Amino acid sequence: MVARESLDGGRAGMSLLQRLLQINLILVLLICLPALVGFAMLYSAAGGEMEPWAARQIIRFGFGLVIMFGVALIDIRFWLKSAYIIYAGAFALLVGVELIGDAAMGAQRWVDIGPLQLQPSEIMKIALIIALARYFHSVAIEDIKRISVLIPPLVLILAPAALVLRQPDLGTAGLLAVSGTMMLFLAGLRLWKLGVAFAGLLGAIPVAWQFLREYQKTRILTFINPESDPLGAGYHILQSKIAFGSGGIFGKGFLGGTQSHLNFLPEKQTDFIFTMLAEEFGLAGGIALLLLYFALIAYGSMISLRCNSQFGRMLGMGIVTTFFLYVFINMAMVMGLVPIVGVPLPLISYGGSAMLTLLFGFGLVLNIYIHRDVQIGRRQHHVRA
Amino acid sequence: MQGETGRAKLFTRRAVILGGAQTLLLAGLAGRMYQLQVLESDRYKTLADDNRINMQLLPPPRGRIFDRFGQPLAVNQLNYRLVIVPEQAGDLERSLDGLGVLIPIEARERERILREAQRKRKFVPITVRENLTWEEVSRIEVNAPDLPGTMIDVGQTRHYLAGEEAAHIIGYVGAVSEKELEGDPVLALPGFRIGKNGAEKIFETALRGKAGSRQVEVNAYGRIIRELRRNEGQPGDDHILTIDMGLQEYTNARISHESAAAVVVDVHSGEVLALVSSPSFNPNSFTTGISQTEWNALMANPRFPLTNKAISGQYSPGSTFKMMVALTALDGGIVNPSQEVFCPGHMELGNRRFHCWKRGGHGRMNMNSGITQSCDVYFYEVSKRVGVDAIAKMARRFGMGEKSGIELPSERKGLVPTRDWKLAVHGVPWQKGETLIIGIGQGFLLTTPLQLAVMTARIANGGIAVRPKLVRETQRVGRRLPDSREPFPSMGLSAVHLAIVQKGMSDVTNSLRGTAYRARIEEPGMAMAGKTGSVQVKRITKAERERGVRKNEDREWKDRDHALFVGYAPVDSPRYAVSVVVEHGGGGSKAAAPIARDILREVQRRDPARRGPEENIHLDTAAVV
Repeated sequence: MVARESLDGGRAGMSLLQRLLQINLILVLLICLPALVGFAMLYSAAGGEMEPWAARQIIRFGFGLVIMFGVALIDIRFWLKSAYIIYAGAFALLVGVELIGDAAMGAQRWVDIGPLQLQPSEIMKIALIIALARYFHSVAIEDIKRISVLIPPLVLILAPAALVLRQPDLGTAGLLAVSGTMMLFLAGLRLWKLGVAFAGLLGAIPVAWQFLREYQKTRILTFINPESDPLGAGYHILQSKIAFGSGGIFGKGFLGGTQSHLNFLPEKQTDFIFTMLAEEFGLAGGIALLLLYFALIAYGSMISLRCNSQFGRMLGMGIVTTFFLYVFINMAMVMGLVPIVGVPLPLISYGGSAMLTLLFGFGLVLNIYIHRDVQIGRRQHHVRA
Repeated sequence: MQGETGRAKLFTRRAVILGGAQTLLLAGLAGRMYQLQVLESDRYKTLADDNRINMQLLPPPRGRIFDRFGQPLAVNQLNYRLVIVPEQAGDLERSLDGLGVLIPIEARERERILREAQRKRKFVPITVRENLTWEEVSRIEVNAPDLPGTMIDVGQTRHYLAGEEAAHIIGYVGAVSEKELEGDPVLALPGFRIGKNGAEKIFETALRGKAGSRQVEVNAYGRIIRELRRNEGQPGDDHILTIDMGLQEYTNARISHESAAAVVVDVHSGEVLALVSSPSFNPNSFTTGISQTEWNALMANPRFPLTNKAISGQYSPGSTFKMMVALTALDGGIVNPSQEVFCPGHMELGNRRFHCWKRGGHGRMNMNSGITQSCDVYFYEVSKRVGVDAIAKMARRFGMGEKSGIELPSERKGLVPTRDWKLAVHGVPWQKGETLIIGIGQGFLLTTPLQLAVMTARIANGGIAVRPKLVRETQRVGRRLPDSREPFPSMGLSAVHLAIVQKGMSDVTNSLRGTAYRARIEEPGMAMAGKTGSVQVKRITKAERERGVRKNEDREWKDRDHALFVGYAPVDSPRYAVSVVVEHGGGGSKAAAPIARDILREVQRRDPARRGPEENIHLDTAAVV
């Protein structure tokens, strides 16, 4: 604290070293712990082998950490200034997949840029939060009540969500819509207005149903009654529940998940990795991981609340909320509480795109911690002493 | 800054609400975990133990093949297999020792079983022995308690009741090769067989049917706990052939000592009543895997038992082609049937001399006597006048030079030469002398016995372009499938011209001077008409001719002439056409005509029965699987 006070006059330009020292190591630790759990589970998923998943995931995580620190150390005002540019770029990429994307697993989600495979919808998750944070940063509290003020953020949310739904990626579209709504809620939007918006969404369901692909419809329908079709579309949910439930309190032991290893469990290295963990480590392991996530979410929320600028607060809380949504949807999904929508378990599921997105996001959370005391004006983005 | 503070306060309030909601939701997840892993854990543990859901393909029973009267020719027999599941057997070597006491297991087989056990997953059954006898089955069943992991499995094996006598028509089934594996997943089943030849091959898809499937839950030991879903699939279609198996057997018996082919068709419907190629082979050897010795013997046989000579043997038609030449001349109005040609035993063209088969010559010949006595010089003269291209056109109208479309694989189309063909293929122009040779059905000209039978049928039925067919009807699960085949068109030939040729053919067998008079049918109302043919296999050199042509009997088998005969009966209202080709049989009148006569007599004797049931044929589904 003393050190920070002494820097008071020069907050406009903290040196790189000063910022480095401000990195919140507790948050970094809370990020690394679930990732370590993830490596162990991927090792188990491969039947006790580093290949093909664990080793690559470690490399990706290391690469993601570098990006995270990079994002953290850049001045917060850079992110504020470039918010709309980032959003525009992400949106352009999203349109790009419509034009040049490859269809992977029946869904058009990838864009090849040289050797890099990018999932623009992942980038959009962060870009949407940054853009909304900036927008509400510049809106005065009195103006929030005005309906016209709500039009731009609604467009910001719905445009990419609609594009992603078209791809079709039901999970990501829902995630964008929900995390956007949460941003509106945090910004102070009147609850009754949210209620109206929610009612509108409900009204839109029959319309949206028309746009869904056949497999998405079956997913939702079999979610309602999975046991009716134990070998068809309900197979995943049922198998997941069997593996999950058979784990019991203490599980079958590391590498001992019979259901997972006999390949009854689908996608055990990605979407269903939590099932595998629950089978091998039981209720104890599941609750432990849940607590780890809770700690990360709570700590991230505290950092956001501590921040002095509305941009920082909104950004931090938005990212933590997105993270929460990942955790909740994935876990609820594998336990048969919500339909299978293809949302990975953050920091644990195998996959590069989501990992990079999350670490980029946590880089921003670290960033607002470093810049927690920086005052940023509503319109002119310069320092207010 | 008032606004800024208010904004921060509002944000904090909202963030706390959101955080609280998140905490509640996470607690809800914990509750769900408790529900699944503690409260309902036992249920899921049981499910997990029982949890091996398997999908099994149910191979459809292969469609059966019957003769025209419903006599079974190809059926499926139950095949009892002994299988062993290593996981349940425990010590596999000991189990095999135990089994070895009950049924002999060769050392080589034992090695294979142990090898398979290593490669496959523990709960996959391995075949120990196939085709167990009833005695062996009961011996194993009695001792079953002492033989953990062994099971008797029932499969189906194709069995050919017709055996050698219809092998070329029905063909046989064999194991699926790598190349054939595509498409239908049922092909990948161990022991699955598909048609490799004959009708089995041509009707493969229809005979195979559609595989059913069942999805079963099996426990950790591979035992089926319950069937979740079952789809019966569709059994293969039963095929009722046009073949009259009694006639087929008779024809076989008549020519089995020769290297020969014979075809009998109904002149109106095109139905093939008998189609025999001799020598034949035993199709049952192929279904279980033919032994190397038997295979080598088949391949080494100079009479090619595996070739269906009736459809893929190509022979010059010889004098049986003379009807085509006569019809060409009549149709073109070039020759008057009563116009005479003098035969001195040979004919000069350019500096070449073309001989008649009768050294001394026939004297004055008209069309009727030309056909009846098969005078070569008469047909040299006629063909010289009409030209090769007109003859070719007529031959094509009668179905030569193209596949008949019979439902059998590897049919050959023969060859009907023209001027253009020779220039295109041989690069040299047509020689006039070659037209003369075509006029007596030799030279480049090639036909199959089936084509000759079809030609004869078309002459006999008054110029209807019948095509041969092998399938009378198909039935799916006892119900007749619709037949889309259309009636045959007329060839547009003059009835008068056909009658002239028919009269000539009748005189071949029924007039004293006819070349096949000795092979006539004397039974009243059964008399046949026909035409002999003898085809030189080896060119007769001038020196040989001067020395005196050796008789066929004095030559080596492979140097003897091919003997041919085509005919139809009864002569007044033709119903059956036959063609007989005896490879290296010598003269047509001696070697082929008697066979054709016997076949035509037999088919007419069988006639009343032959009309048989025209209605839906009821196949006895219980007797043969």
